[in-house]
Amino acid sequence: MKAFTKLKAVAAPLPLINVDTDMIIPKQFLTTIERTGLGKNLFNDIRYRDDGQERPDFVLNRSPYRTSEILVAGENFGCGSSREHAPWALLDFGIRCVIAASFADIFYNNCFKNGILPVILPHTQVDVLMKSAEAGKMIEVDLSTQTLSDGVNIFTFEIGEFRKLCLINGLDDIGLTLEKEKAITAHEQSLMADKPWILKSA
Amino acid sequence: MTTKSPAGPRTLFQKIWDDHVIERAEDGTCLIYIDRHLVHEVTSPQAFEGLRMAGRRVRRTDATLAVVDHNVPTINRNKGIAEADSRLQVETLEKNCKEFGVTLFNMKDKRQGIVHVVGPEQGMTQPGMTIVCGDSHTSTHGAFGALAFGIGTSEVEHVLATQTLIQKPAKNMLIMIEGQTGPGVTAKDMMLAVIGKIGTAGGTGHVIEFAGSAVRALSMEGRMTMCNMSIEAGARAGLVAPDEITFNYIKGRPMAPAEAHWDTAVAYWRTLPSDPGATYDTVVSLAAEDIAPLVTWGTSPQDVLPITAKVPNPADEKDAAKRAAMERALEYMGLTPGESLEDVRIDKVFIGSCTNARIEDLRAAASIIKGRKIASHVQAMIVPGSGLVKEQAEQEGLDKIFLDAGFEWRDAGCSMCLGMNSDRLKPGERCASTSNRNFEGRQGRGGRTHLLSPAMAAAAAITGKLTDVRKMQ
Repeated sequence: MKAFTKLKAVAAPLPLINVDTDMIIPKQFLTTIERTGLGKNLFNDIRYRDDGQERPDFVLNRSPYRTSEILVAGENFGCGSSREHAPWALLDFGIRCVIAASFADIFYNNCFKNGILPVILPHTQVDVLMKSAEAGKMIEVDLSTQTLSDGVNIFTFEIGEFRKLCLINGLDDIGLTLEKEKAITAHEQSLMADKPWILKSA
Repeated sequence: MTTKSPAGPRTLFQKIWDDHVIERAEDGTCLIYIDRHLVHEVTSPQAFEGLRMAGRRVRRTDATLAVVDHNVPTINRNKGIAEADSRLQVETLEKNCKEFGVTLFNMKDKRQGIVHVVGPEQGMTQPGMTIVCGDSHTSTHGAFGALAFGIGTSEVEHVLATQTLIQKPAKNMLIMIEGQTGPGVTAKDMMLAVIGKIGTAGGTGHVIEFAGSAVRALSMEGRMTMCNMSIEAGARAGLVAPDEITFNYIKGRPMAPAEAHWDTAVAYWRTLPSDPGATYDTVVSLAAEDIAPLVTWGTSPQDVLPITAKVPNPADEKDAAKRAAMERALEYMGLTPGESLEDVRIDKVFIGSCTNARIEDLRAAASIIKGRKIASHVQAMIVPGSGLVKEQAEQEGLDKIFLDAGFEWRDAGCSMCLGMNSDRLKPGERCASTSNRNFEGRQGRGGRTHLLSPAMAAAAAITGKLTDVRKMQ
């Protein structure tokens, strides 16, 4: 996983609430067996017309947002399906940071597994950044100091320590967990003693 | 290192959590053990590929069950899968299961079906367990008093490799539904009422426990319908305390506890319900008597109203973001404010999905359909949740009732709930659907979805428009 430390980039404004993962990447693209290549289908149904032509009014089809690396969105972003294809599509397009007042739990979690930083800010601050994004201003994110700036305002954000550590160092958490082999085995042994039916079904 | 919640009364969720914590870090992040892992073809290929690249194995093949469901055709199955990419995905799962030693119910297996129908049906889902799957509707299994939630593909890989997950404990919400539901009101209506009340982000960060006399009175099928749509209320997991109804459902199923362990298992399961005096972060109450047969009008599951209501007017909404979302939804749905929901004409009916494709759901639909014909302009299909549900329905003669009425009687799979196979809505088509999501494009690009119960869907099929099922009972 690519580490996330600092980012200064164009931010695309997407002032819709309850953006679901079906909208981020529709079902017809879920048949892939790869993690990459989904960027061109990101937001497919609202980004392209039925004939495949770009919808000129959609934000990612407009300059300077074609090269956005940050997305500012409405509340409850990423609700619905658990498909990790949603963060894969964002990442493949080039988005490394999403800012919203709230995120759906599974999407939020999936971001961290892919080097994407989801930032939760109060509504009023998201509104400020939405306006900055609409004005085409760059937004700067610094994960180590947990700050975010549009050049005028500086906001701080919260993030879990463990998630921050993994993101800053680009850590593979399977590797970390496998180091706890002894503790996992001990748990399984206690199951065998106390709840054998969980280990062995009929 | 502490691994227990503070002493004192604990909730069902806290008990299950405590029993699965292997290690707890300073910031509260825990390594938790996962008892059961369900796998399907869409969210697993990249996970198996990750294992292969790193030279890792599946730690507990005996705790893992794979099934094909999202991509499979529900008709002419003997001809195989026509779409090349869907076929590749299904074949990839077959190859991966063989390579890593995971049991797979493939398309030809009569136990095949929707992963969240199959797990409980096989007795794999049991109280007190942690259960995960790369699918948000894993919340379904919470109906048994198991902590069950959806995960992404990276976490699928993590569970395959380690049988654990790194998680922070969620907050705990109690939803109490007391009283007796009126005629025509089902578990689906109860859950839509909950979502309408708390909203699609209402349960974010929470595990919901459903309680109260109306919930206790539900069958396992009804409890599964409610827990299934916890995710539509924003909660990763829903829970119902296990009781005799739960134990009776599990007993004798192929993967239920062995005879020798049954009494010990039940004795443990009886310790799981929340202790008197246990506290929750959030408590919500509903009266069962207040719930009517419901239907969604918009593009979010929270856009729900009684069937007797009229399409709402965005002008009445004060919040600008919500008003904009309503306007967008009504435009997409092709509905006019003030229009009676009962006047809305439909093109298709879909009875299926992990929400409502179990035997009880099919019985409820059949009871409305029996002796009637579907409207001439409607295409209606029944997609049983599993091959075994289909078999049982045929033994009960339900297939004949559906076929005589003009329904299509399909093979098991996710089908038109998300339209990954060829079962899709065309642009502008309007569907009365027993599934769980009415998002834009969910059932097919430009398709319009109205979520409702199986009985309500059956009523709509007969009249050709959204219909109050109480008039047909």
